[in-house]
Order: sequence, then C-alpha cells, then structure tokens
Amino acid sequence: MAELLFWPALLCYGEAAVGYFGYVRRAGAAGRAAIWGVRLGWLAQTALLAVQATREDGFPWGTWAGSLNLFVWLVVTVYLGVRRPYRLVGLAVMPLAAALLIVSRAGGGTGVGARSHYSNLFLVLHVGLVLAAFAGFTLAAALSAFYLWQERRLKRREVTILRRQAPSLATLDRLASRAVMFSLPALTLGLAVGLVRLFADGERVDALVAATVVTWLVWAAYLVLRVTRGWTGRRGAYVALVGFALVIVIRLALPATHFA
Amino acid sequence: MRFVLVGTSHHHAPVELRERVALDPAQGAALAARLAAGGGEAVCLSTCNRTELYVAAVDVDAAERAAVAALAELEPEVEPALYRLRDHAAALHLFRVAAGLDSLVPGEGEILGQVRTAHEAGTTGALLDRVFRQAVHAGRKVRAQTAIGETPASVSSAAAALAEQVFGDLEGRSILLVGAGKISEQAARNLLSRRAEIAFVANRSLDHAADLAERFGAEPLPLDRLEQQLASADVVVSSTSAPGYVLDAATVERALRVRRGRQLLLIDLAVPRDLDPAIHDLAGCYLYDIDDLEAIVAETLAGRRGETERAEAIVAAESEKFHEWQASLEIAPAIASLRARAEEIRAAELRKAEGLLGRLDESQRNAVEAMTAQIVNKLLHLPTVRMKQAAAAADGVIYADAVRHLFGLGEDER
Repeated sequence: MAELLFWPALLCYGEAAVGYFGYVRRAGAAGRAAIWGVRLGWLAQTALLAVQATREDGFPWGTWAGSLNLFVWLVVTVYLGVRRPYRLVGLAVMPLAAALLIVSRAGGGTGVGARSHYSNLFLVLHVGLVLAAFAGFTLAAALSAFYLWQERRLKRREVTILRRQAPSLATLDRLASRAVMFSLPALTLGLAVGLVRLFADGERVDALVAATVVTWLVWAAYLVLRVTRGWTGRRGAYVALVGFALVIVIRLALPATHFA
Repeated sequence: MRFVLVGTSHHHAPVELRERVALDPAQGAALAARLAAGGGEAVCLSTCNRTELYVAAVDVDAAERAAVAALAELEPEVEPALYRLRDHAAALHLFRVAAGLDSLVPGEGEILGQVRTAHEAGTTGALLDRVFRQAVHAGRKVRAQTAIGETPASVSSAAAALAEQVFGDLEGRSILLVGAGKISEQAARNLLSRRAEIAFVANRSLDHAADLAERFGAEPLPLDRLEQQLASADVVVSSTSAPGYVLDAATVERALRVRRGRQLLLIDLAVPRDLDPAIHDLAGCYLYDIDDLEAIVAETLAGRRGETERAEAIVAAESEKFHEWQASLEIAPAIASLRARAEEIRAAELRKAEGLLGRLDESQRNAVEAMTAQIVNKLLHLPTVRMKQAAAAADGVIYADAVRHLFGLGEDER
C-alpha cells in the first residue's frame, strides 16, 4: 500500500511542471497551483521515503533506482528552499523531477522491500554526499538554463521583458555559482569515500566512477574558469549545462555498472 | 450624516483650468477646515490631475453648494467642469482614484500617497475618516493583488527597470552618461532613485558635462575619453545631438577585453542614434534604443490596462463594504431605540409583577428574569437581522422609519 504514495507525488510534480508552463504565459493562479503541487508532491514523496526507511533493514536507497528516488527528493527539497522570485526555476526542475521519478519507479526504486548488501555508514556517506552534490548541480544547471532564457529575452529585446519579470542575470549567475561552490566539496568527499572503499575492496574503477570523476572535473573547471578567466554569464551557464548532462548520464548509467 | 464630492479632473478640465483651482497642501487644509466649520467634515485632494473636495454634513445639499462656491471662488469658469457625487458613488470614485484607476497612467503609484496626505491634512470625523482609510486600503489591495503598478510607464523608468533586469540591485552600479541634455538627466535621475551611482558625464562640450556632473557628484569627460571609462561602467546612457555614432562596436569590443565577462547595458535615447547597433551582437552587451524602449513601455501600459478589470472588481467590492457600513449608520439608531423600548417594557412589567415575584426565592426570580429577557431577544432577533440586511439596500431607511412608526419610537431618537 505504501508504494501508492508514488502516485500522488508523481501527479503533484506533473501538475507543478504544467503549472509552471502556464505561469510563463500568465502569472497568477498557475504559479500558485504549481508551488502547491511541489509542496504536496514533496510531502507525498517524503512519506514514501519515510515508509521505505522504516520498513528496510539496511540503507533503503542502495539500488540505482532507489538512489534516483532519493535524488529526486533532494532536488525538490533544494528547490523548495528557493525564494519566490526564483521559483520559475521550477520550469526546468519539475519536469525533470517527474521524469526521473517515473524512471525510478520503472527500476523498482519506489517500492518497499528492496535490500542493500552495503553497510549503512558507507552508503549514507557515499550515496548521501554524491546525491546531495548532484541535487545542488541540478539547481545550478536550472539557474543557468534560466539565465540563458533571460539573456535570450534581453538579446531579442522582447517587449514583454518588463511585464513578465524574471530574476536579473547577475542574480542568476551568482546563485548558480554559489550552488556549485556548496556542491563541489560534497561531491569531492562523496567520491573520496567511494574511492577509498573501492581500493580497499581491491576493485577496479568502473565506467560510472570514471564518469563521476569527469563530472567533478567539469564542475571544478566551472569555478576555476570563473575565477581565472572571467567565465561568468553565458559561458559559465554552458559549462554548467555540460556538467549537468554528465550528472544525468551518470544517473541513468548506474544500473549498467555500479549496482550490477 | 452624508457626504458629497465636488471636483474636477483631467477627464473634465484642461490643464489651464485645473491649474487655477489647484491648491497647495496648506491651502487645501485651510479650505477643508473652512468647509467643515459647524460640525461637518471636509478633505481637499489636490494633485496635478485633479482638485476634489469631500464634504460630510447633516445638510448635504448645503455642503455641496458650499463646496461648489469654494471652487468657483478660485476660478468662476470651473463650474461647468465640476462633477458632483454623493455617498456610495463618491466613495467608489475615491477608491478608484486611490487605486490609480482614474489616473492618466493606470495604476500610477503616487496618487495613493497623495490621498493619504490629503486625509491627514483634512478635518475628518467618523464618516470621512472611514471612507479615506478604506480608500487607502483599497489602493493597497489593488497594488498587492494585481500587477497594475508593477511595470514602468515611461522611457526613462523602463531604462532603469531594464538595468535591474541585468544587474539586479543597482546600488553602487556605475553609470556613464553620454550627453548632458535634459533627456540624459531624466534617465540619470531614475537610475539614481534606484541607488545607482552616476560616475561619469561625457559630452562634446566639457563645460556642459561639468555642470551636470557637479549635480550628480560625477566626473566630467570629453567624448574622446569614453573608451577608457567603458571598462568600469555598468550602464551607458547616451543622448547627444551628434549626427553620427558616438560609440562604435569596435571601441566597445576593445573595452570588453578588460571587463572580464561583466555585462554592459547601453541605452541609446538619441535620434539620430548615438550607439552603433552592432554593439548589441557583442557577448555580454545589451543595447536598447528609443524605439525598443517605447515598444516596451507600450506593452507594459497594455498590461496595466489588462489588469484594470481585476482592479475594478477589488475596488467595487471595497466600495460595497463601505456602502453597507454607511447604511448601517442609518439603521443603527432605530435598532437601538427598538431594543431600548423593549427592555423598558420588560422592566416595567417585571416591576408590576413585583407582588407575585416577591414570594419566589432568588433562583426562581433569576429564572423569570432570564426567561423574559430571552423572550424579548428572540422576538427582536429576526427584525434586527432583517433591518441590517435591508440597510444595505435602497429601502433600508424606509424600514427604519417603519419600525419607528410601528413601535412609536420618538423622533428625538433618530
């Protein structure tokens, strides 16, 4: 029965995604409906995760699909912390959350009963930190996409630019870089814990670990280029989107390698 | 007590006439005090678009005549351009004024402050105090619940709002003015009001640049030093009368190399244009000319007009609330008299029965007291509710008169 909580969560996230599209056309009721969709969906998903946590013996999100479920929850949690003027970031976040939740269910990540063979402490540190970092990168990428959209409006001199106001370019750029500044150390630590475990077990680096290291390099480059070469604005936003594309590849590559 | 509005506005009188009946705050307060003499109330609302007198009195016809005479005293020709509204209609008008719905630019924000100031300077009592408070409330509600006042309504405010779209908070942002004319100054004032800093004023004539720069605490520059300052400026506002481009794309491109990715907003208010349109194609540069800004302003004004329907609904609901409150003032004395008369009869009947009640113990006496009070309350409950409901409708006063007549309530209680 607890698995049924998946449906209200998906329904609400889906409603929020549609609501944000409506909000772009005309501010008002659609925006309010969207944020309530996010809140209610998050509550339903939180309840689902709580049930999973109480019914499991070990770490309940040790499978690729389970970790995807947790990842979606983290992304939506981070998004809920976003203040009102930036809520339109939901236009990028909520369709992604709904789609990944469906993928997670297809892989059995929203059910109750899956069991992990890893120890709790390792998984909490490794999976928790990596997923938290990925959630932060997702927000950074959404802000960057928002930046590119707003920049395009300014470049096209859209006459509605002041009627449907979005956060300023400077603010979006600053927030995206802050999200990366908080997320990169989390990924560094999570990756380090995983590598220590990997080498201790005498295992080899798989495709997923290699892809995660590349992802780390891209996000590190985002910060380094920003500071040393002044790659802010549009160029920084493109780097963030590349980094996010790698995050998505990693999330969807998990079943083939890491959890085999 | 009732109230009347007598006034004229941009809808009814040209500026040559309006300016002759315009009053400064002190004159407005003095006129309000004069009209309120003898126990009345009065408020004078005088702005560049309107002069309106709100007068409350027992004899509302006399109050209207006095208000008309006061305005005609200022300018006899104004009389045909005066409108006269009473009670509900006057309140609705004031609420629309406070919400900016009667303004030249729908939703303009200044009027709300002017209504509040007029209220504070007026000679008010229960009636005008209530109507002005509710007008300010309606104005705030319209601004909070609709987007009517959110967008800029002029080219210079649109330029400042665009700067906010690029940079967010403009505090400390550096502005470079090219040209020292009135248009530059107006745009600069709008940016200054948003806490930007006018850093440089560049002009062909250094004397003119120095004049304007001194007013803003900026540095004057000759036009040939523009390129150097482009590296540090965030916003460039240009409005010279030069026949060709003052700034070309190649110059801006060179300046961008030292800006390390910082955005640059360029506003070209000149005709013919001062800034090379190719600048807009450079990464991190956003160039808007006068046509772009006018198109944006036209769109925002269209948006404001689109919001007026929602704003009108809010104003109508608020005005209805005021109408109900004012109507309840008419009916309240009748209800109070009716209840007092009933209580008087109940107390008298209890006194008559004193001989019989004397044999009862205290708890029995209390029970009789409570029962008689309950009978009176139950009998009067429905008539009271119906009278309050009728108060909001046109026949509320007729109901009140009927009750006074049927129950023989004295004229002195009205």
